Amino acid sequence: MQVIIERFNPENDSQPYAQSYHIDDTEIADDTMLLELLQRLREQDPSLGFRSSCQEGVCGSDGMNVNGSNCLSCITLAKPLGEKIHIRALPGFPIIKDLIVDMSIFYQQYRDVKPFLQGDAALQTNLEQEFLQSPQERAKLDGSVECILCACCSSSCPSFWWNPDLFPGPAALLAANRFVVDSRDITTIDRLEQQDSAVKAFRCRNIQNCTSACPKGLNPSRAIQALKHAIVNKPT
Amino acid sequence: MNSTEQPTSFLDYQEFFFDAIVIGAGGAGMRAALALQQDGHQVAMVSKVFPTRSHTVAAQGGINAALANVSDDQWQWHMYDTIKGSDYLGDQDAIEFMCQEASHIVRELEHFGVPFSRLENGKIYQRAFGGQSQNYGESQAKRTCAAADRTGHAILHSLYQQNIAAGTEMFDEHFALDLIQDEQDRVCGVLIQDLQNSKLKVIWAQHTLLATGGAGQIFRTNSNASINTGDGLGMAQRIGVPLQDMEFWQFHPTGVAGKGMLISEATRGEGGILRNAENEPFMIKYAPKVKELASRDVVARAIAIEVEEGRGCGANKDYVLLDLTHLPTDVIENRLPGIRDICLTFLGLDPIDKPIPVFPTCHYMMGGIPTNINGQVIQPDIAIDKNLHGTTIEPQKTISGLYAIGECACVSVHGANRLGGNSLLDIVVFGRQAARHISAQLQQNSIPFSRPQQHTLSHLLERYQRWLTAEPETANTQDNVNAIKQAMQKTMEQGCSVFRDHTRMQQTVDALQAIEERFAKVSIADQSQIFNFERTSALELENLLSVAKATACSALARTESRGAHTRIDHNERDDQDWLKHSLYYPQQDTVLYKPVNMQPKQHAPFIPQKRVY
Repeated sequence: MQVIIERFNPENDSQPYAQSYHIDDTEIADDTMLLELLQRLREQDPSLGFRSSCQEGVCGSDGMNVNGSNCLSCITLAKPLGEKIHIRALPGFPIIKDLIVDMSIFYQQYRDVKPFLQGDAALQTNLEQEFLQSPQERAKLDGSVECILCACCSSSCPSFWWNPDLFPGPAALLAANRFVVDSRDITTIDRLEQQDSAVKAFRCRNIQNCTSACPKGLNPSRAIQALKHAIVNKPT
Repeated sequence: MNSTEQPTSFLDYQEFFFDAIVIGAGGAGMRAALALQQDGHQVAMVSKVFPTRSHTVAAQGGINAALANVSDDQWQWHMYDTIKGSDYLGDQDAIEFMCQEASHIVRELEHFGVPFSRLENGKIYQRAFGGQSQNYGESQAKRTCAAADRTGHAILHSLYQQNIAAGTEMFDEHFALDLIQDEQDRVCGVLIQDLQNSKLKVIWAQHTLLATGGAGQIFRTNSNASINTGDGLGMAQRIGVPLQDMEFWQFHPTGVAGKGMLISEATRGEGGILRNAENEPFMIKYAPKVKELASRDVVARAIAIEVEEGRGCGANKDYVLLDLTHLPTDVIENRLPGIRDICLTFLGLDPIDKPIPVFPTCHYMMGGIPTNINGQVIQPDIAIDKNLHGTTIEPQKTISGLYAIGECACVSVHGANRLGGNSLLDIVVFGRQAARHISAQLQQNSIPFSRPQQHTLSHLLERYQRWLTAEPETANTQDNVNAIKQAMQKTMEQGCSVFRDHTRMQQTVDALQAIEERFAKVSIADQSQIFNFERTSALELENLLSVAKATACSALARTESRGAHTRIDHNERDDQDWLKHSLYYPQQDTVLYKPVNMQPKQHAPFIPQKRVY
């Protein structure tokens, strides 16, 4: 198998270049994940830069673009990727080194949607009581709360590529919608007003790249459509 | 926050001043940082990774609290279960405190936004977990509060979100290299490195809190993230702090066979059954009363025995099966969706249709940096006089300015074996408590902190500088950091796994000595400054090696079987000689002992009994 990795180290390189590695096919089992290949390549070449942590698809460290699609290397099987694998950093972000991108703007966009529960103040300080929430109300959070902030979605979104400074991107909008639909949150109107802008929720063109890119099988596109719907129908 | 440039003769670093430093941004660190920030203190939270990449994210099954939402419950029953689960090595005052706080802290998490699963009446869903009982062992309790099987993820993200709201200052992707002490041995700051550009920074503060998590990477097969390299334990050991109870490592019964990632105990809580090659539900032989819901050490041993006695499954007869196929499909889909994902991704099987191959995997470190209930690090003075060998003086002496919480700490609430659902509880209870103590200290002493005149920074910089030299004269350039790490993992697996004996553990201690010698001579090939993973791995490996050594030496010394420490050459628990905590002193290479706390404040003490499940 041939693995072609787009490399870049700002200490030496003025622009990224492709480096080709070879791994003997007999060393790749049916259940070998792409991350294991990268770890083996790093044994050959310790300067190879990529992030990873949990190695089981729950922490979101190792988002990267493989054969043109964004994925997490730790839950992507190597063999089905073919005889020649092209790997590069997540698109749309500045590259720090090799497959490591600067996600500052992604995190800032997340912070800007105030991604924290704002419940009733009196209830919130009362630790004798739970906030009650029916299973049906809780079910509305399914599909949002599983987000691991890996950025595979936002990095596949043209609206985010053009205006990452303005358009929050699918991950942040998914988080915004998560608190809009949470029955415990009392700032719904403020949240809807914050996203009611041509460069925020309505900059989403419903291309659905985010949904096809999500390694957790979430549907940010549907969440954004729900958010748009709630904005349009919000009480005035 | 102030910062100034402070050059030294050979390495530049930038300085920052804070009220408190939290090292580690998992559940423990983030709960502590949040409390400090909300109290109006300036907190620096240092994390090797972006906070939501911390290993708390991988916790699946849930968090224990006697909320009594599903079955009748009391914190006193939870206390009893935890002490019994610990094989009576847990400190009863600390366990009492944790179980009392549990209901409040779970409701607090709920208020922070944690999306717990719900019951029809709107309350938090609770499920059955191993070792949890009603009325002091009478019947199974449903005590484990769950957000499907992603409870750690739910808690970690909610805590991160609350820290955003509170405005905590975060040093993401910064690696903590060493603690800094002043002339009075007070911890007064920390030397860290920005991984993005290798720049060194010193953060000065009156209080430093270690929340660096576990070190499961000392074993080859483990359920831990690759970042779990015991950095806090390494830093503490380098300033002479002993490590407590390091022989006790939990092997989670149900890791994915041959791989190690975890299949949550929630699978058994929801009704999963373990079967051997003869399709026999074998747990009835080992824990007739509660079967699959015995404590983890009991279930892990049962699986290992089945395999050792030839009743394992597969071509190599090296695993057993965890059968969920009899469960209703909606239970798997709604309560265990993450488990189903793991099976589909890593095994290509759907647990709705097929049983899961499992084998015990290294999961959790019960030992760690000794602390009191307030998280203050304890450093009992070592008795130098040979006649006093085996004793310590001033057992509760604290190190000024240093705290530890969570998996890196040993308070000790888990003793010789941790019950499922108690680790998430441990991190938030003691995270909040340590923060309260620091906050009170800061309020009493509101004088702005300044850098001490005399401190021990230069030798820390020298230690680091070793990795800046491409080829030291003594270097063995044929060797490398990764090969040394693999050798360590292999030797630990051979000598300190589920079953242990004197000969193999002695071989492990000797092998670790040889591995340390290799490490002393190794150099790194990569000398770049931007995300230099080889250098970071080398610094992590130094921490791992010190953890591995503490483990092997403490285990070799303890000639009994207790909780997770099972010796085939001493197969009974020996309360007469061993109802005590071990303390491994790295610099003296000595193990000393201190008594277990048997004085809870509100409940009568629980006297050790034979553990039957």
